[in-house]
Amino acid sequence: MTQITINAEGMHYTPLNKLIRQAVREGVSEIILDNVMGQRFISDGLIGDVKITINGIPGGDLGMFMKGPTIEVFGNADHALGNTMDDGTIIIHGSSGDATAHSMRGGTVFIRDDIGYRGGIHMKQYEDKRPNLIIGGSARAFLGEYMAGGLVIMFRLHDDTPYAEMGLASGIHGGEIFIRGTVEEWTLGIGSSAREATSEDMEKITPYILEFSKHFNLASSFLLNSSYTRIAPVSSRPFAGKYTWE
Amino acid sequence: MCGIIGVIDKQREFMDGSALRDSLSIMNERGSGEGAGYAAYGVYPDYSELYAIHVFYDNLVEPKTQVEDLLETWGMIEHDEEIPTWEQNGIRKIHIPWRYFFRPKTRLMQRSRTPDDEIVKYIVMEVNKSIKGALVFSSGKNLGVFKASGWPEEVANFYRIENYEGYLWLAHNRYPTNTPGWWGGAHPFNLLNWSVVHNGEITSYGTNRRYIESFGYDCSMYTDTEVVAYLMDLLIRRHELTQELAVRALAPPFWEEIERMPEKEQKLTKALRLTYGSAMMNGPFAIAVASPDSMVGFSDRIKLRPLVIGEHDNRLYISSEEAAIRTIDSSITNIYMPRAGDPIVGRTIA
Amino acid sequence: MIIGSRPTKFQVAIDNDQCMLCERCIENCSYGVFRRDNEKILINSRNCVACHRCISQCPRDAIIIKERPCDYRSHPVWTAQVKENIFKQAESGKILLGGMGNAAPYPIIFDQLVLDACQITNPSIDPLREPMELRTYIGKKPKKLEFVKNATGDMDLVTEIAPNLKVETPIMIGHMSYGAISLNAQLSLARAVSEVGTFMGTGEGGLHKALHPYQNNMIVQIASGRFGVDVNYLERGAAIEIKIGQGAKPGIGGHLPGEKVCTDVSCTRMIPEGSDAISPAPHHDIYSIEDLKQLVLSLKEATEWNKPVFVKVAAVHNVAAIAAGIARSGADAVVIDGFRGGTGAAPTIFRDHVGIPIETAVAAVDAKLRKQGIRNEVSIIASGGIRQSADVAKVICLGADAVYIGTAALVAMGCRVCGTCYRGLCTWGIATQRPDLVARLNPDEASQNVKNLIDAWTLELAEFMGAAGINSIESLRGNRDRLRGYMLDQSMLDVLDVKTIGA
Repeated sequence: MTQITINAEGMHYTPLNKLIRQAVREGVSEIILDNVMGQRFISDGLIGDVKITINGIPGGDLGMFMKGPTIEVFGNADHALGNTMDDGTIIIHGSSGDATAHSMRGGTVFIRDDIGYRGGIHMKQYEDKRPNLIIGGSARAFLGEYMAGGLVIMFRLHDDTPYAEMGLASGIHGGEIFIRGTVEEWTLGIGSSAREATSEDMEKITPYILEFSKHFNLASSFLLNSSYTRIAPVSSRPFAGKYTWE
Repeated sequence: MCGIIGVIDKQREFMDGSALRDSLSIMNERGSGEGAGYAAYGVYPDYSELYAIHVFYDNLVEPKTQVEDLLETWGMIEHDEEIPTWEQNGIRKIHIPWRYFFRPKTRLMQRSRTPDDEIVKYIVMEVNKSIKGALVFSSGKNLGVFKASGWPEEVANFYRIENYEGYLWLAHNRYPTNTPGWWGGAHPFNLLNWSVVHNGEITSYGTNRRYIESFGYDCSMYTDTEVVAYLMDLLIRRHELTQELAVRALAPPFWEEIERMPEKEQKLTKALRLTYGSAMMNGPFAIAVASPDSMVGFSDRIKLRPLVIGEHDNRLYISSEEAAIRTIDSSITNIYMPRAGDPIVGRTIA
Repeated sequence: MIIGSRPTKFQVAIDNDQCMLCERCIENCSYGVFRRDNEKILINSRNCVACHRCISQCPRDAIIIKERPCDYRSHPVWTAQVKENIFKQAESGKILLGGMGNAAPYPIIFDQLVLDACQITNPSIDPLREPMELRTYIGKKPKKLEFVKNATGDMDLVTEIAPNLKVETPIMIGHMSYGAISLNAQLSLARAVSEVGTFMGTGEGGLHKALHPYQNNMIVQIASGRFGVDVNYLERGAAIEIKIGQGAKPGIGGHLPGEKVCTDVSCTRMIPEGSDAISPAPHHDIYSIEDLKQLVLSLKEATEWNKPVFVKVAAVHNVAAIAAGIARSGADAVVIDGFRGGTGAAPTIFRDHVGIPIETAVAAVDAKLRKQGIRNEVSIIASGGIRQSADVAKVICLGADAVYIGTAALVAMGCRVCGTCYRGLCTWGIATQRPDLVARLNPDEASQNVKNLIDAWTLELAEFMGAAGINSIESLRGNRDRLRGYMLDQSMLDVLDVKTIGA
């Protein structure tokens, strides 16, 4: 168990990532990045079992293509964090921007607060690779657009009104979305359908509720005892009927 | 076809132009009487710090006024006069050659490392592109190009070339292929301190022209040779390559040869080829390029044009034919033909 | 049934005097044209797509296929195609899909450009006996080199050249994904490019493990669907290509139907079997040019700056400015796909009506990059309707560094351009995932055919260059002086920066 601290103040992301890669190669198990301010691509394409703690505000594409590491950010994250991420965990003590978890393929992302537009867009799953996006706050429009697999759970911790953002799960053809409380009927995008979560569903999401509560030091009972709406695709082939052959 | 002859005296001892006239005339079979010219370095010692700008005027009214307005916008004309000429049977004096000794206002071009040169380059491009009836054909310091349509001896006598004394001479006897013989099309081509004589045709001209134009040069002479002067200016003055590296960029070794080089040289040569692929010259050529302290000769990569080198004491000769060298220096013994693409460089040491 | 039956597109006939009832036509036709009835082969012409598989396998040349044996009343405006499209849409209310590239009869600019040859004033070069260099490097080049003088007075190079692909002939194979084409087809192409010393694209369907031995000659693609994309995939590619658009369908996404997503395709794309593979129209992490830069740099970061990154766009009206933006984004090459680019399936209305031809696009892009002094920032790869070596030579003269071929390589493997790829029944084993059909394409033979094609074009290219007195491909690139326009109008000549014949 070795730990290093890197002062990222004023550092460009390429040398920063080089230092991180070097440390991982040398077997460092925990890296603390202080004074992060807008550096993009932190941990981009990084493979390994390492814990990276970020103090500050990382730039876009945090953990892109990442395979394995755990990143915990004490601050907000920018857009497209977890982009095409393969495996590992990202925990954000704050909010994140648009296209959070874009095309994510595996691993889990926990966001304590809100996320921007098009969260979880085109997340996809394959065999045991299932991405999870857990949102404490709320998401803007087009959550789970084009979604092809994986799991999105949204708690809307401080809001009990029905969810009301357009284009929810528009074009979804795989995976599922759970939203605490209810959703307005008009929010549902093309190819999606909603129903109340069953007890089986609750069993599926309980581990994520527990883990979320643990990361952010919250009592889990409130979340466990809430009711949820499940949004899923009507078909794995939403646009099959749109075309005719020449 | 075309004939070229160049000579440099490494101790900067002066030669008058008469020997060059005789030397060029011995190669009259290589020409067609449609163009000849001489470039001489060291001919204006009284004005050596000023740019000697030679202009062909169609008349001395509108074009001259416009050129002088432009010169005075960018600097000062310290002296000007008509270049003296003497009537020859074979030459129709359709242009009036004029020369200016010009001092640029350095502060007007602050972003360049060589602001005076940039100003003069700009003036040359601007006149040749935009002012009808005027053509700048020489623009360096302490050097002059003298050329016209005619046979070598006629052009030499037209300017009385024997009255000029230089330590470095280039001369050219033209057999035009693609453009009719006109005064501007005769060699040497000059820009700033670069002068070029060329035998052959550059088949990559379309590529080279578009490349060099993207760096702010304008090819306005309707012939391939001018790009060589501009490429030399770009590679050596602006990109600060040595003469040898510039030649290697323009006539690079084949990939196969590069792969046989030692690692360091291989890396460098590959970098040159990658970076200057569009500057590389193709087709048959033998070229001599002069600058105030050097003369470089080189041929195309597969040696489609003749190139003969002579060395004797302080003098280096570059020519299309051995006879032209021997006409100047009958006692010379060291005469050889260089490898294709290899630069032959003569530098002044005084 | 208001509209009723339309005339068959093809009429198939068997010369019974010749037919020996070997039934090869029945075995080979996956569209169900033939069946055996006692001593006769019965024919259902309506099912025929003119893929000519039956003709190629018939030992007696007994099969004859005629196009449109019974046509509509001819009319210059209301053509058969127009009417049939209306019939179909009136019956279905749906978007029309078609296979292969642009089928509208636009004039082909390549065919109105002619190449130059030397006569007297400079010698033509004999490429069989003199050196002829077709090798080219794809990637970013510095604008100038920096040197320092070392202690011995020699010049030491300081500039580091960014990674470039070394391509032995300027002919590469474009991106056709596993899914769109079969594994045997991809294998054949991969072997061919490895042997020739050139490259092929994976398409956006991931990299099947059977192709790993050829990965040093493969350009991995990352498209909006991000199928099959992980670090391992990025690391395997010789280069990475971001696909923004495609000439056959600029501005719209892609859609591999679930029936083509078999076990193997699913595994390579990393999506569940039978699920549609939908590529969104845009990359949802690119909504602006600065986002493109972000994706380019993220790929470079992920692969530790060891891989060139290409960006592929469809040739659209403003392609020159777009390419300039790409050049400034940090990308190493821009791929321009003209409106004749092929595809497995595209809405025909897009295929035939959106985008511009590759000739004008390359000319405009090359000119714009030169004007901005950034031509060395990127290589230009031209694709979309490259049919023969003359097209390669012409598009290089117009400013391209290299080309991608697609359809031509498929034709080398037997494809008859029947345009029915979207059915997944390709009798040649190319555009299908049906195991019995895929098995028809033998990679040993097919790779040789593809290699032969590239070799033959390379020889012809060397001949063109030799005739033009040029012994290195760099001197052909952007050399528009070696082209002339034949019956092109002045505005077109201006765009191409080419003189007319006779000038």
